[in-house]
Amino acid sequence: MINKTVANVQAACKGATDGMTFMLGGFGLCGIPENAIAELVRLDIKNVTCISNNAGVDDFGLGLLLQKRQIKKMISSYVGENAEFERQMLSGELEVELIPQGTLAQRCLAAQSGVPAFYTPAGFGTEVGQGKESREFDGKMHLLEHAFNAQFSFVKAWKGDTAGNLIFKGTARNFNPNMCGASKITVAEVEELVPAGSLDPNQIHIPGIFVQRIFQGERYEKRIEQRTVRQR
Amino acid sequence: MLDKNQIAQRIAQEVKEGYYVNLGIGIPTLVANFVRDDIQVEFQSENGILGMGPFPFDGEEDADLINAGKQTITALKGASYFDSATSFSMIRGQHVDLTILGAMEVSQNGDIANWKIPGKMVKGMGGAMDLVASADNIIVAMMHTNRAGQSKVLKQCSLPLTGVNCVKKIVSNLAVLEVVDGKFKLLERAPGVSVSEIQEATQGELIIDGVIPEMIF
Repeated sequence: MINKTVANVQAACKGATDGMTFMLGGFGLCGIPENAIAELVRLDIKNVTCISNNAGVDDFGLGLLLQKRQIKKMISSYVGENAEFERQMLSGELEVELIPQGTLAQRCLAAQSGVPAFYTPAGFGTEVGQGKESREFDGKMHLLEHAFNAQFSFVKAWKGDTAGNLIFKGTARNFNPNMCGASKITVAEVEELVPAGSLDPNQIHIPGIFVQRIFQGERYEKRIEQRTVRQR
Repeated sequence: MLDKNQIAQRIAQEVKEGYYVNLGIGIPTLVANFVRDDIQVEFQSENGILGMGPFPFDGEEDADLINAGKQTITALKGASYFDSATSFSMIRGQHVDLTILGAMEVSQNGDIANWKIPGKMVKGMGGAMDLVASADNIIVAMMHTNRAGQSKVLKQCSLPLTGVNCVKKIVSNLAVLEVVDGKFKLLERAPGVSVSEIQEATQGELIIDGVIPEMIF
């Protein structure tokens, strides 16, 4: 087996520099690459473009990079939970491209799978469609959307092995598998890293070929954004 | 006039046996609480679960298990998890039978606006644009007027659109409306609300055909 293990988050993020485009997995704060984000903050990498469904909250997730003005541009589908984000966007400090969530996922998948572009009905007739090529299929209008082009994908899985095989848990899966192999270098952080051969091949969600570097995250806060419960 | 729970309760009547249903954030989320328990229905949340269950008991929350509103949830027996691209294959591929979502404005040709107020509020469209562009069966849950009393049920939307020609039905705090041939057809009144009150709160063209019944709960 090809060993994809790197010693730590510092080694995992090696080569990430100013001006790059990053993909980051997660939905809200669920399944975000917490350790990689902390390292990007520590490295103080500037002028980055981040492709991520959300922008974190003010003091966690991508909100940490926003606070330090490290992000030049965000490509997201929903940013409603972050006051600092909204402030930077409305004041023009931050460039923002809001795109439909399914289009976001498919643009990741297109990059992963070598499909340069695809047609989708989402956003036709709205400002999302402005300036985009459109075409009718079966009597319905569609927009041409392109695969993303990024230097790094930072993803988070539940378990992984030294060969880079990944298993996700619950709804922490979300965009993470779609971003694997969708950039030049995919960095996977996992809660539990095991030797190759310890995982059942039938249960693997993402094969190691899509992952270049894997490490076990030092700690996970796994913050809950909206704690909703019912009484017994 | 209906409150949010009653709007959800009325919409729940539209959920039929064997439906896969996607519920948006806000009032639509409440619909799950009112669906009859003698029919088999599965709720899809676009962040990657089919077979979504109720909120967890206090102390049993799992950070890895949330809905699209980022609320902690549970998974029912027989539930499945999947990635975002698969989730939108279900949605774009029209495998989801019913989509229920909120709106800031709806127009009489079925256009919907719910993601942006230029210069003021920009939250993003999330999965709404994919949902409305693909779903055959879309019901909007909304208040008929805004806080200033102005109609949100319009001839033409003034806010940036989420989708065009897509809304089929609206359940508001005042009425059930159907979008037919570029007009709103009044189907039902909320208990105690008169046709003229609905007419007054509706800026778009309203078709009133015969006696309009009150909603039945």
